[in-house]
Amino acid sequence: MWRELSRAARLAAVFTVLTGLLYPAAVTGIAEALFPVQAHGSLVRAGGRTVGSALIGQAFTRPEYFHPRPSAAGYDATASSGSNLGPTSRELAERVRQAIARYRRENGGYAGPIPADAVTESASGLDPDISPANARIQAPRVAAARGVPVAEVLALVARRTERPWLDLFGDPRVNVLQLNLALDRRLPAGGPAPGAPEPRTMPHDGYR
Amino acid sequence: MTTTGVFEILGFLGIVLALARPLGVFMAGVFEGERTFLHPALGWLERLIYRLGGIREDAEQRWTEYAFALLAFAAVEFVLTYALLRLQGLLPLNPEGFGTAHAPGWAAPMTPDLAFNTAISFASNTNWQAYSGERTLGYFAQMAALTTQNFTSAAAGMAVAIAVIRGFARRESKTIGNFWVDTTRAAVYVLLPLALVAALVFVSQGVVQNWDAYTRVRTVEGATQVIAQGPVASQEAIKELGTNGGGFFNANSAHPFENPTPFTNLVQLVLMFLVSAGLTATFGHMVRDPRQGWALLAAMSLLFAVGAFVATAAEQRGNPILERLGVEAAAGAGQPGGNMEGKEVRFGIVDSALFATVTTDASCGAVNSMHDSYTPLGGLVPLFDIQTGEVIFGGVGAGLCGILLFAILAVFIAGLMVGRTPEYVGKRIEQKEVKMAMLALIATAFSILVFTALATSAPLAKGSAWNAPGPPAANAANAGPHGFTELLYAYSSATGNNGSAFAGLDADTPWYDVTTGVAMIIGRFLFLLPLLAAAGSLAAKKSIPVTAGTLPTGGGLFVALLVGTIIIVGALTFFPALSLGPIVEQFLMNQGRLFSLVLAVPGGVPWL
Repeated sequence: MWRELSRAARLAAVFTVLTGLLYPAAVTGIAEALFPVQAHGSLVRAGGRTVGSALIGQAFTRPEYFHPRPSAAGYDATASSGSNLGPTSRELAERVRQAIARYRRENGGYAGPIPADAVTESASGLDPDISPANARIQAPRVAAARGVPVAEVLALVARRTERPWLDLFGDPRVNVLQLNLALDRRLPAGGPAPGAPEPRTMPHDGYR
Repeated sequence: MTTTGVFEILGFLGIVLALARPLGVFMAGVFEGERTFLHPALGWLERLIYRLGGIREDAEQRWTEYAFALLAFAAVEFVLTYALLRLQGLLPLNPEGFGTAHAPGWAAPMTPDLAFNTAISFASNTNWQAYSGERTLGYFAQMAALTTQNFTSAAAGMAVAIAVIRGFARRESKTIGNFWVDTTRAAVYVLLPLALVAALVFVSQGVVQNWDAYTRVRTVEGATQVIAQGPVASQEAIKELGTNGGGFFNANSAHPFENPTPFTNLVQLVLMFLVSAGLTATFGHMVRDPRQGWALLAAMSLLFAVGAFVATAAEQRGNPILERLGVEAAAGAGQPGGNMEGKEVRFGIVDSALFATVTTDASCGAVNSMHDSYTPLGGLVPLFDIQTGEVIFGGVGAGLCGILLFAILAVFIAGLMVGRTPEYVGKRIEQKEVKMAMLALIATAFSILVFTALATSAPLAKGSAWNAPGPPAANAANAGPHGFTELLYAYSSATGNNGSAFAGLDADTPWYDVTTGVAMIIGRFLFLLPLLAAAGSLAAKKSIPVTAGTLPTGGGLFVALLVGTIIIVGALTFFPALSLGPIVEQFLMNQGRLFSLVLAVPGGVPWL
């Protein structure tokens, strides 16, 4: 019996070193060599400073920017969390009712059906994306605040829409931070900036 | 649901089925001690571990010795993990200073009851998490304590499955293999190589892997955002592959740093089913009748597909209460539709509901959406998946053990119907095996139902040391039947060694840390030990020839019998509890009834 316990202790020590230290160290080393940007969080720079991570949502409230989804975490990237409210929760229904009112008000009295992602809170509270339909509804507000044609903002949304993988897995989406940074580069307030146009791809929603 | 959704689910299942046999045959070779293509590269590591561990490769164990080794290993791992968690303030690679005097104000402590709960959780392959990773644990504790447990608990589960297979494959044998050798081989030849490759694929897609301090940035609009970092990819890979499910971050696989794209999501889905699907083929290969393995895989696939389609359809239909407020329910024109509360845009409805089904089928417990916010029917699927004993693919090793348990029951029931002694893959199924199968089933059902009943009725006072909010039911984040479902889900998940949660429940109090901890021990060991006992008794038996009276267990009739047994046993045991939770809530939701913990307005809501 003591011999078995000693085996257990020795094997536990061996596996702690092998799988708990050497394996993660090996992954860290190889990742550092092959994918240094991704390994450190896909950080994005603009205006001479790091403004965030391309993968982590951040709050936008000004009218000239596209807005992300409501967040249970308040886009605090040390507190990832969803709301965990159930479907028959009065708190949920009341929160969504207020979010809808705010969304309609902010977007020039938009009266159509609301895209589900625009008024619900994501699972992580850090969702970096919004749906293409949500972006298109916000486009007139963004264009007006910047004094640029709506068509150009819509064209940028279409170019920035990512399709599902193999057109099958996942949903079409627009990364809010990347879209807003592209807006600042291509369509700053008062008219388009000089610079090469972005490569054109066909707008595609991915739902069939 | 959308046509894309149908193809997505079937496409995923196709990938799993295609990989099952190659991996299964490879694993059979590994565990029978044959030379595989990985031996030239990794043989030295296997021999080194035997030398350091004082293990003799050819020493065979009886089932009692095998079971003792399993328990001894788990006990040592528990103590080691508890110590590492509690001492993390003294350990290196802890840039945020968790567990020290310099910890940031928002950090959460790793209290003794929480460390007890977490150590049991990871040593039992449950990975129930009553803590938030990015606010509680330094990198050394995450790696040395938790990543290690991800490997060892999975390897131990695979070892037990192989021992149970040997019970059927061997004839008149007193022994069923060697636990130390099986565990080492599972880790060295199966888990480590696959995890290494998967981790690098994840990093290439954006999963972080570093020991940096949390990154502080000024956002585009000028606010401050602190972004949690860490060695995530290395844990992410084994978390899915070993069906552990313990997230590096609080939001688990919904966090963009754990699961950034639909592609990584697909890889995670496949990893969760991979080993368990492969083990069915290993079973077929080792009992020298591949059809026996295919039959188990067919029953699993059938149950999986039904669950995935029901969950997806329910979530795509959405919440009629929100629909009446003006939310678009139908998918199309660049929007997901359906119930998007607690879901990520990149995964939408289908990838979220599919993930919820897979993670609960597989006893994994990783989540890429918040199950607590699912529609009642959509949330019923993961709950029922756990309660059926996680035999739909199931945890690595534990899943195969579970489906063999149901196979024993199925042939027993069939034997009763025709009045013959039941047989399964050439072995007579007698009193001992059926008793052991029933013991495993009853122990887990007892744990789920009794603990849930206790939590709904324990008369604790507000401010009590056991549970500060008062009665355990007061920890629920939702009122009405949904609050009850949170309790039922917690004990189902802990007992089923799943680890996913209806996460609104505040489970970090001494009451929940201790009760879910005990439930995890029951669910792990009162499930695996009876099966090892049955394996020991089966291995000692002679093989009997197939006659005209033998029920063929490699065909469609047996698959139907097996599926029926699983559903009927699950339904009979848990239907009363389920009808108090998700089933009644579905009816109430359709009527527009709302429940509130704080917004107490009697009657209906004027604006509905």
